Amino acid sequence: MGRMGFSPKHACLTDEKDPNRQKITNLTSCLLVSCQLNLHCEVRPPFSSKFPLPFFPSLPIGTKATKMSTAFSAANFSTQSFPLNHTSTTSHDSPLVFAKPTSQFLRSTRKLRLSSSSKLNLNRRSGTVVAVSDVVKQKKSKSTPTLLITKEEGLELYEDMVLGRAFEDMCAQMYYRGKMFGFVHLYNGQEAVSTGFIKLLKQQDSVVSTYRDHVHALSKGVPARAVMSELFGKTTGCCRGQGGSMHMFSREHNLLGGFAFIGEGIPVATGAAFTSKYKREVLKEADCDHVTLAFFGDGTCNNGQFFECLNMAALWKLPIVFVVENNLWAIGMSHLRSTSDPQIYKKGPAFGMPGIHVDGMDVLKVREVAKEAIGRARRGEGPTLVECETYRFRGHSLADPDELRDPAEKAHYAARDPITALKKYLTENNLASDAELKAIDKKIDEVVEDAVEFADESPVPPRSQLLENVFADPKGFGIGPDGRYRCEDPKFTEGTAHV
Amino acid sequence: MAAIFQGVGAAATLSSSPSNSFVPKKFLTSPRRSFCVPSSVVVRSDGSVNFDLNSKSRRAQQLVANAVATKADSSAASSSSNPGHELLLFEALREGLEEEMERDPCVCVMGEDVGHYGGSYKVTKDLAKKFGDLRVLDTPIAENSFTGMGIGAAMTGLRPVVEGMNMGFLLLAFNQISNNCGMLHYTSGGQFTIPIVIRGPGGVGRQLGAEHSQRLESYFQSIPGIQMVACSTPYNAKGLMKAAIRSENPVILFEHVLLYNLKERIPDEDYICNLEEAEMVRPGEHVTILTYSRMRYHVMQAAKTLVNKGYDPEVIDIRSLKPFDLYTIGNSVKKTHRVLIVEECMRTGGIGASLTAAITENFNDYLDAPIMCLSSQDVPTPYAGTLEEWTVVQPAQIVTAVEQLCQ
Repeated sequence: MGRMGFSPKHACLTDEKDPNRQKITNLTSCLLVSCQLNLHCEVRPPFSSKFPLPFFPSLPIGTKATKMSTAFSAANFSTQSFPLNHTSTTSHDSPLVFAKPTSQFLRSTRKLRLSSSSKLNLNRRSGTVVAVSDVVKQKKSKSTPTLLITKEEGLELYEDMVLGRAFEDMCAQMYYRGKMFGFVHLYNGQEAVSTGFIKLLKQQDSVVSTYRDHVHALSKGVPARAVMSELFGKTTGCCRGQGGSMHMFSREHNLLGGFAFIGEGIPVATGAAFTSKYKREVLKEADCDHVTLAFFGDGTCNNGQFFECLNMAALWKLPIVFVVENNLWAIGMSHLRSTSDPQIYKKGPAFGMPGIHVDGMDVLKVREVAKEAIGRARRGEGPTLVECETYRFRGHSLADPDELRDPAEKAHYAARDPITALKKYLTENNLASDAELKAIDKKIDEVVEDAVEFADESPVPPRSQLLENVFADPKGFGIGPDGRYRCEDPKFTEGTAHV
Repeated sequence: MAAIFQGVGAAATLSSSPSNSFVPKKFLTSPRRSFCVPSSVVVRSDGSVNFDLNSKSRRAQQLVANAVATKADSSAASSSSNPGHELLLFEALREGLEEEMERDPCVCVMGEDVGHYGGSYKVTKDLAKKFGDLRVLDTPIAENSFTGMGIGAAMTGLRPVVEGMNMGFLLLAFNQISNNCGMLHYTSGGQFTIPIVIRGPGGVGRQLGAEHSQRLESYFQSIPGIQMVACSTPYNAKGLMKAAIRSENPVILFEHVLLYNLKERIPDEDYICNLEEAEMVRPGEHVTILTYSRMRYHVMQAAKTLVNKGYDPEVIDIRSLKPFDLYTIGNSVKKTHRVLIVEECMRTGGIGASLTAAITENFNDYLDAPIMCLSSQDVPTPYAGTLEEWTVVQPAQIVTAVEQLCQ
């Protein structure tokens, strides 16, 4: 691979002469405060951090800013981005750690800016944020490093991500063998986001996804068998074969879909969060603290529904977390080509909620951010916008030849495979042995094989299923010429009636 | 969202004479919208007009007589048993909504200006004071998103009533209504129900301009999985509102801007109107006239003239726009063998077009003449009063059509 043109000038925000840098620093410090971040960070980054972390914890702003100003072609993106001369698969971020909020969420960011200097011990005079990593380094040397996860949690995360990966790989196989049709969008590479967030939820919490929803369904607890049957279009699928790849629903696990149009699910998620608040405040179910997660991509962040829902969620302090899976590509449209300000997390504070950027290839970092965001929502403090920088290893869908993306970019992210990274973390910290992880791999392979077998053997939907479930109350088909409700007509239940 | 008038012009519509234009007593303007305070004119659903204070339009009283030849309409059943109480159509809607909200704490209202403002047509007046700001939610101006929010809330256990300030604004919510409201129950394999009610005033008003005079029933009718009903009297307004809220299906309730001030006596007791049934307004023998919403009154106006000319029209208010009540309609067709459809939708692709197709498919053998369908012209509703009048079907045209049909 070799050096990828990493230059310290891009990586560090040390150039005080550059007004852009100055601006960015101020912005990020605002972000900092709006996140109510307390900087005595006691957690060390999960992956090897023997090298200095020059970036501000939230974002390699330097690099992206450079990208934005110089090249608008995504093809250039990979060449200058990240310090690939480091052997670790780490990201340049350190995780964001939130202290318990000590004050109410502040309404005006302008006020924040003024009061921030008194609140934080940040050396911002030179415009450099290297001070942050200094603080981190100092702390690290004093205290013994604590791990972010326990063994059980680690194995759970590993298993969930491997399940997602193996399942999606099997989907691709099955698709090319003609077992499933239509549009199938695979999640390879983004597992850290799904696992990092959804594994923190309870069963009653809701998840709303997009068409790239197989792994969200699996993480939420929908059995692999049900998902695979649904993809095969069998009647044993989670939606009886009526939804398909893009419409995964599960009432039992509170997976509210599965939507084909982007942005369509965000208002639905807002509604689910509204119900949670309604239950608490109107129906007086005082312990109702259900949280809703809305997953969507970078392309969606230019859609009206996104902004409208950010507004409403912040307005009513709904218990929702907006998770942006920014994989930089909306089919063939690069995020940088379609968005005036590509830093999506900045759109949160514009609506009065914290906006966080996190490395979405690192499941532990995602998990830490998720803990705080979900915690915020549970405590009734309102919504959060989390931008996860992630990448899909495959094309947009199985029909996408994926010719536009630069192989160098793909290779760069392939080197940051979240599963490999977690594996390394677990083994290096003696949380799990290679054998245990291999056992999990094997177990998952069996689960996926079993799911395929089950789906293969399941029956296709009979004709009688055609007219079922159009209405919850089938009287909605109306009254027929004979005076009886159409749904009582035997041809109706056979599926041969014409409605 | 420009000027919105509250339904004052109801009185003027019942008489076809354009010179009888109604001048509102008060005209208040606010920065965002104008509205007329409903004045003291009330129009009874049986066609008679009462003017309490305004003497200018008293001429109208002489023109209108009882358009209902017989007393056999179901809405009159209200006055037969017990005294009941009189109210206006928008009050009937509010009463229905309020009763359902008291009955079930999961029923909530969402929409623009439904809370503190009381609804731009006062259908939700004082409900926010009674039930709180969360149950009667003032939303920002984001139709697509708050309709989607209502759908998400319905999926997770609430029973929202989403108000479109004008039905035309729901065009912005078409994505959510079509994809989620209509289809979600099916694509989820029956796991999630969407017991949502989407309601609002539509139809051609008094010179409201093209965008505020839209008839969305024709656009929504193809969406699978929804039911559409149109109310026309205070009795069926309250009944349909309650039935829609209690229904597990998503229901779109179409109200009409000009009918909000209709007055009628309705029963005190709890009642609902069946969502799938049509209403027999006036039984007859010669011709079946199928209509809904405001056109019902034009038809009844024409019926009066027709009765004088010796015809005996059977008038049915179809009420259920989707699905059609083929039983009531079929029985009528089998009796009269002639059908005239009078609707306010456009000619192309409207409810009348679907109804024509449905009747032809099912009852072709019983027809003595081709089905006639009178609809609005396929034009954007003009602002000028005279042009607007010629866009919609007028009683005189109905009379001519019946005469033609019965030759």
